[in-house]
Amino acid sequence: MPSLESSGISRLWTLASINRANLRTSRIMVNYVPVLLILFLATGVATVILVLSRFAVKNRPTREKLMPYECGVEPVGTSRERQSVKFYLVAMAFLLFDIEAVFLIPWAVVFRGVLESETYRNLKWVFYGEMMVFMVVLFAGLVYVWRKGILEWNR
Amino acid sequence: MEKASTIIFIVFAAAAVLSALNILLQRNPLYSALSLIVTLLSLSALYLTLHAEFIAVIQIVVYAGAIMVLFIFVIMLLNVPAVQPQIEKQKGLRYLAIPFAGILIAETFYVVLSIGKRTMPSVPVGTEAQAVGTTWSIGTSLFTDYLLPFEVTSVLILMAVVGAMVLARREGD
Amino acid sequence: MTNILVEWVIKTVVILLILVTAVAYLTFLERKVMGWIQLRVGPNRVGPLGLLQPLADGLKMIFKEDIIPSQSNKWLYILAPALSLVPALMTFIVIPYGSEITLFGRTIELHVTRMNVGLLYIFALTSVGVYGIVLAGWSSNNKYSLMGGLRSSAQMISYELALGLSIVSVLLYSGSLDLVEIVNKQGGWLGHTGWNVFRFPLMFVFIIFYIASLAETNRTPFDLPEADSELVAGYHTEYSSMKFVMFQMAEYLNLITSSSIATALFLGGWNGPFVGRLPILGPVYFAIKALALIVTAMWIRYTVPRFRYDQLMRFGWTTMLPIAIINIIITATVILLFP
Repeated sequence: MPSLESSGISRLWTLASINRANLRTSRIMVNYVPVLLILFLATGVATVILVLSRFAVKNRPTREKLMPYECGVEPVGTSRERQSVKFYLVAMAFLLFDIEAVFLIPWAVVFRGVLESETYRNLKWVFYGEMMVFMVVLFAGLVYVWRKGILEWNR
Repeated sequence: MEKASTIIFIVFAAAAVLSALNILLQRNPLYSALSLIVTLLSLSALYLTLHAEFIAVIQIVVYAGAIMVLFIFVIMLLNVPAVQPQIEKQKGLRYLAIPFAGILIAETFYVVLSIGKRTMPSVPVGTEAQAVGTTWSIGTSLFTDYLLPFEVTSVLILMAVVGAMVLARREGD
Repeated sequence: MTNILVEWVIKTVVILLILVTAVAYLTFLERKVMGWIQLRVGPNRVGPLGLLQPLADGLKMIFKEDIIPSQSNKWLYILAPALSLVPALMTFIVIPYGSEITLFGRTIELHVTRMNVGLLYIFALTSVGVYGIVLAGWSSNNKYSLMGGLRSSAQMISYELALGLSIVSVLLYSGSLDLVEIVNKQGGWLGHTGWNVFRFPLMFVFIIFYIASLAETNRTPFDLPEADSELVAGYHTEYSSMKFVMFQMAEYLNLITSSSIATALFLGGWNGPFVGRLPILGPVYFAIKALALIVTAMWIRYTVPRFRYDQLMRFGWTTMLPIAIINIIITATVILLFP
């Protein structure tokens, strides 16, 4: 039961200091700093490229240049018409199989280690069998999607 | 070193909160979806500060890379226009909002207070390659402690596949 | 601490410079390869042997007028090419180019950083790269761009699955997501001792990975959404000048990334003859292997006709995905029964 002596603000500060304590001795997390570094540098490169043409060229917009391109004729209808629902189904199926891949990855990484380690040796068949069950269930999903003809037509 | 870590925490926490606010304040739903992506990326950075490297990357792969793609496809397919603020049809709901918001804030404080002095280990538990939060520990615990939820997840995903396909094909094409 | 920071900055800057030059010269290489396959010479006028052609192309692009179509979402329109380029550039910090060399008395490891989840990091960046395309299609205020953008991104996400699942087969063998670790385990000459492509199920996985990466980077035969005679160049119809250049750079960078990852995962990365004694040979072997895969991709481009879009999607979901899954099952069974 939390004690109500210290005020809420000091509890929040404790939380922040817990976070600081975690960062203090972590050598693994230091490896992620170059990600920030290259994010900045890459954004810098992109910005330089974007402003490069701003200084080299004088823009002279005319009506024809600014129109949406439709093989040279005047555009017909609005540009934001409704698209086919198949794209939604593809994205949905992608999401679900991506989640399956997310479960497959830690399994694959530990698989060989498990076969050789002492603590988990006798669980070899469990590791293998459970994942096979998982994959069969998901393969059934893929077969369902396939047979229902969802992957056909204007794909 | 400690200063740097505090700065990183504050920067990403602020980014997460500001982009979350931006979701609410934008009129165009596509901009809201993009703000949500920024929120998810900041959350991923915050997970990294908690030594959860696998979850941080999976957050980007699944959440920011698959779920948000789904959202954006739906927004583009439906061509949802920018929302104009509407006159409320039911004025009474406005007065319900305040107590509910109060309850939500009280719950948040309860959670923060009860985390209290429970500290997380300052060094990753176990050897460096097998610490809590690395792929090794997630893989092994997935198949030992959390085996049943794992198998149930597969059935859940199957249900989602079948459900989504059935719902979207109702015109019999 | 500042030592490491300086080292990172230098390595990152060197890699960025090499990449930008490589992208420029890849356009030149592509046109040369196209010429040779079509029994002609390719560009050879500008500079000696045509080697200054990318410079001429770059200058031409800078001086083109930068048109922003009326009624497009201006900020999204400008953001989209950056959103395509930045993740493409960010993948190169986890790829190992060699083991270690000793320069000026310090041992320098030839990778910028080493993450426990390196391969997943690359996968994450590929997932984020989809947004550049779909937002470009939307923000251009042009029906063909929108359709091209949606089709292109639907194609990318479909083949991303086959890509991810073929990576799982490699993980079964290597036991780590760290690219440095994966390459280190493939030590040896031409492979009987080591390269992943010579292990039994992984030779097929390599082919699946390669085809999926061609589809993922929107290269022929999977480039219907941006082919010139369909959909008017798809999602980059309305882009001109430097933003168009950014899309092209992103496409070539993605090609370099997938070739680099394929060499790291399957072809033994920087391993090769005598690399133990002369570590400087590491990056050389890496470059040769990656270049071989890139030239093969270009060769395929000028040889094979395009897939129609529905054939493409059907191929991705009903052929590539099941084969990748079956490969995982076979690999796991082989590892379990014959350790």
